[in-house]
Amino acid sequence: MIVIVSAKNLVKRYNGLTAVDQVSFEIERGECFCFLGPNGAGKTTTMRMIYGFSPVTEGELSVFGLSVDRDIRTIKQRIGVIPQENSLDPDLNVVQNLTIYARYFDIPRRDVENRITELLGFFQLSDKREEKIDRLSGGMKRRLILARALMNRPELLILDEPTTGLDPQARHLIWDRLKELKTQGMTMILTTHYMDEAMILSDRLVIMDHGRIVEAGIPAALVHKHGVNNLEEVFLKVVGRGLQE
Amino acid sequence: MINRYALKVWYRDLLVWTRYWHQSILGMLGEPVLYFVGIGYGLGSFVKAIDGVPYVQFLAPALIMSAIMNSASFETTYSSFTRMETQKTYYSIAVTPVQIDEIIAGEILWGATKSLVMGTIMFAAVAVMGFVKTPLALLAFPVMLANGFLFAALGMLMTSFAKDYDFFTYYFTLMLEPMFLFSGTFFPLTNVPAWVQKTAWLLPLRHPVFIIRALFNGELSWGMALSFGWMVVLSAGLFVWTTRRMVKRLVV
Repeated sequence: MIVIVSAKNLVKRYNGLTAVDQVSFEIERGECFCFLGPNGAGKTTTMRMIYGFSPVTEGELSVFGLSVDRDIRTIKQRIGVIPQENSLDPDLNVVQNLTIYARYFDIPRRDVENRITELLGFFQLSDKREEKIDRLSGGMKRRLILARALMNRPELLILDEPTTGLDPQARHLIWDRLKELKTQGMTMILTTHYMDEAMILSDRLVIMDHGRIVEAGIPAALVHKHGVNNLEEVFLKVVGRGLQE
Repeated sequence: MINRYALKVWYRDLLVWTRYWHQSILGMLGEPVLYFVGIGYGLGSFVKAIDGVPYVQFLAPALIMSAIMNSASFETTYSSFTRMETQKTYYSIAVTPVQIDEIIAGEILWGATKSLVMGTIMFAAVAVMGFVKTPLALLAFPVMLANGFLFAALGMLMTSFAKDYDFFTYYFTLMLEPMFLFSGTFFPLTNVPAWVQKTAWLLPLRHPVFIIRALFNGELSWGMALSFGWMVVLSAGLFVWTTRRMVKRLVV
């Protein structure tokens, strides 16, 4: 068993708020590890610390056995991130979006063209090479962001709500591709508000609330343990039904 | 901070610009050309020569510097703010091996580069009209670049404070416009009261205008070197400050 991400008593505080409070977990190679929780539970903050965007306040966090404080550039070279917002470059077309992104990773030029062809094929975007971004559908944009995150052949993929706002066909196509990546051995970290997505994709999950991990385990086992019908009921039982806004 | 990662961000901006440069050049050069024709030739025909120099000749080199100021300022305020807040470009780059301070450095470098292109076109136009009479005028180019860098850094500093686009309207009307008027662009500062002259020394635009005008007149002096030194020191200070502020703003 190889540990890809290891967090020990991880704490993140900012503006007088404790967003992540003494969280510990280990993510193994080849698994899909899912963070569930209401908005503001600390999921995105935890992910942001993993990909080096937010500095760690306290505790230990390592990715690929490297410290996020000291070796963040090396770590970022080896991960792919799918952010919540669509952050494609609207001034550039599909291929240019991927080409410019590849430059940030120092990918050799002749590899870039092959990789683009391969990834656009994988995500069914081959006929959109020269298309402008604002003419792509929501599902196509998400797939292009996935393709972009895979340009550097990452060993770890971080997915922050990858299918939010998409229609069922678009979601299924993305799940399909993610499952395919998993069979190829990709390690994934996922956050989502869709329990069916968590059920389908994740091998293990944690439920976070108020910055803490309040439940952890294998999805099916958690359903069994709480004596309920599905993951959604586990979630509501653990986190409560009250709105936390 | 200015390293090969910053240059990747610079290249990204350059690539995008190559797709709409024609619109951007028209918009940016329209204003100085209007000032040149309207004030230089129009109003200028009522004005006697200044220090033996005809008014259009007096105004032309200064307008090169103010065009650079506007171009660099626009780039790192409105354009950078759009990339940061609306397009989320900074966030998508920040998850790659490029770090936030390098993104900011690349953006400032780009603002300086773009404004230098604008300034070069202005310079060429001024030369074609016959106002470049000495090879010393070519020494204006490093000053033009320094001027672009200075205002790109200052613009980025404003962006680090900005909550929305309205903020930039204040910056342009309350800071850049007065600077445009009182930096010796339209009239020499020799006739204004001493305290105005001293205050004007603090205005960043005063120095490039002063240097380029002297160069166009074929002069070299220690005062020009002092002004250039001040531009470099001010640019470096602004660059460090704005980069720190932006890292603080974007990294939580």
